[in-house]
Amino acid sequence: MMKVSELEEIARKCRIRIVNMVYNAQAGHPGGSLSEIDLLVGLYGSTLNVDSSNPKWDDRDRFVLSKGHASPGMYAILAEFGFIKETDLSSYRVLGGICQGHVDSKWCPGVDFSAGSLGMGLSFAMGCAVAARLDGSNRQSYVMLGDGEIQEGSVWEAAMAAVHHELGNLNVILDWNGIQNDDFCEEQMRMFDIPAKWEAFGWNVKVIDGHNMNEILEGLNFLKQSNERPNILIAKTVKGKGVSFMENNPSFHGAAPNDEQYALAMTELGVEQ
Amino acid sequence: MTRMAATRDGYGEALLELASNEKVVVLEADLGKSTKSLHFRKKYPERTISCGIGEQNMFLVGAGLASCGYIPFASTFAIFTERGFEQMRNGIARPNLAVHICGSHGGTHTGTDGSSAQSIEDLAIYRTLPNVTVLHPCDDVSTKILTKQLVETNGPSYTRTARNKSPVLYDGREEEIHIGKGVVHRQGVDAAIIACGILVSEALKAAEILENDGIHVTVIDMHTIKPLDEELVLSVAKECGRIVTAEDHSVIGGLGGAVAEFLIENHPVPMKRIGVQDRFGESGEADEMLDLLGLSSPHIAKAVRDLMN
Repeated sequence: MMKVSELEEIARKCRIRIVNMVYNAQAGHPGGSLSEIDLLVGLYGSTLNVDSSNPKWDDRDRFVLSKGHASPGMYAILAEFGFIKETDLSSYRVLGGICQGHVDSKWCPGVDFSAGSLGMGLSFAMGCAVAARLDGSNRQSYVMLGDGEIQEGSVWEAAMAAVHHELGNLNVILDWNGIQNDDFCEEQMRMFDIPAKWEAFGWNVKVIDGHNMNEILEGLNFLKQSNERPNILIAKTVKGKGVSFMENNPSFHGAAPNDEQYALAMTELGVEQ
Repeated sequence: MTRMAATRDGYGEALLELASNEKVVVLEADLGKSTKSLHFRKKYPERTISCGIGEQNMFLVGAGLASCGYIPFASTFAIFTERGFEQMRNGIARPNLAVHICGSHGGTHTGTDGSSAQSIEDLAIYRTLPNVTVLHPCDDVSTKILTKQLVETNGPSYTRTARNKSPVLYDGREEEIHIGKGVVHRQGVDAAIIACGILVSEALKAAEILENDGIHVTVIDMHTIKPLDEELVLSVAKECGRIVTAEDHSVIGGLGGAVAEFLIENHPVPMKRIGVQDRFGESGEADEMLDLLGLSSPHIAKAVRDLMN
């Protein structure tokens, strides 16, 4: 089991990878990658039962990045945990590269779901959870959703169906960063009491600070509770976390830093220049 | 007396026969009684997943199951499959997951429910997706056999079945049916009618009408819209020199579109497309719809005559 300080250091390295990818491609989605990354580090570092030397292992836990545009975060993790090489990160958004714009299972080892259209991952992860039960396996199905994403109606089709089928092996992590493509979620579509909505659908709900590694690890333990309800960890996050001018700034949902901004970001992330 | 049956019953029977493969699972969206997956559900409830009235979720639950080695068959009305098109495109076709979608009650032939229930664009939209096999069988026997063969394709599929009964053509001829291979039902030198689904029997009736006038036509059941049996289309275009396509579907993008696209680049011949002429249907009995929309045998026969003149 890795120590909290080790996980925090991995998260810092992953943030550097994220900013590098988006800067090099001069395109992509840094904001949501930076908001989700502590959660992903916690998940891969403490919980997810996968094998980078055998990424298609049948009885692995499944992880679905439903907000597939936040792919730099996923690629940073896959490089950290040995699914892909550090040098693969330079293929992000490059013709023929395994790091496609949105995560794609056909291209990249360690990616279970080809995402890109919002609102699809929970249904897919539910299918994986049903398969695990049919197989008589205890493997778990994890899915990362964005808060803007849950405006998609099909998310709630899946939320209802997962409870109906008593899928206690289905676990959502919600990256509640409060910003979507055009603006703050509050401006685009007010969602009011998000935890209450999931509770009303019958889910086990826990709210945490998505940048506090101790709380993240506690939250991941909460997901492991075995009962007949699906679980959701609602993580309050800051979009663009770790890079001052990206933090809580809707402009950096899907935009790359310029040279000056890149230098500042690297300094803030502790890169000696 | 020709036996009459609905293609959706062939689908239901196929699922029962496929059940010996423990990886086969069935997904429903509250229409199992109609699509005929209910027989599987009654016998294998543990392998049947109710998704409620939520087609988008159903498609991707299927994708998740397929990614874990299961072989999901998901059915609803053809028209309701269409609301899951993006799920089909991005979540099933793109990663090439072997999820089998069946849209029953397709076409105007579904009748009195009216235009909202009459899918006449399903074949066209699914045909545009890479990796997807598209089927529209004409009778219960071929539906059963083609559905069973889908398991061997290892890729996704869309199959349209029909609500109402139609003449059974394949009793005792089961071995002639293979995905991707059209079936020649009669041969003539003046024109070829390439039909699918409910209009195969109409095409055969049209051939009888024409025979009385001394016009000899080939009739083909093109139950597989994609991959199209290009070899057969090319050979009948060369032999007959005139082609009429016939489908209970928009003339845009379905079987007629597929045949026309192929021939224009390979062996252009005079051609007519029988289908719904860029309009919606309305409430009416199945045979009334075929007459109203110009799909029944006299219309097919007229299209051949027009090509002869």
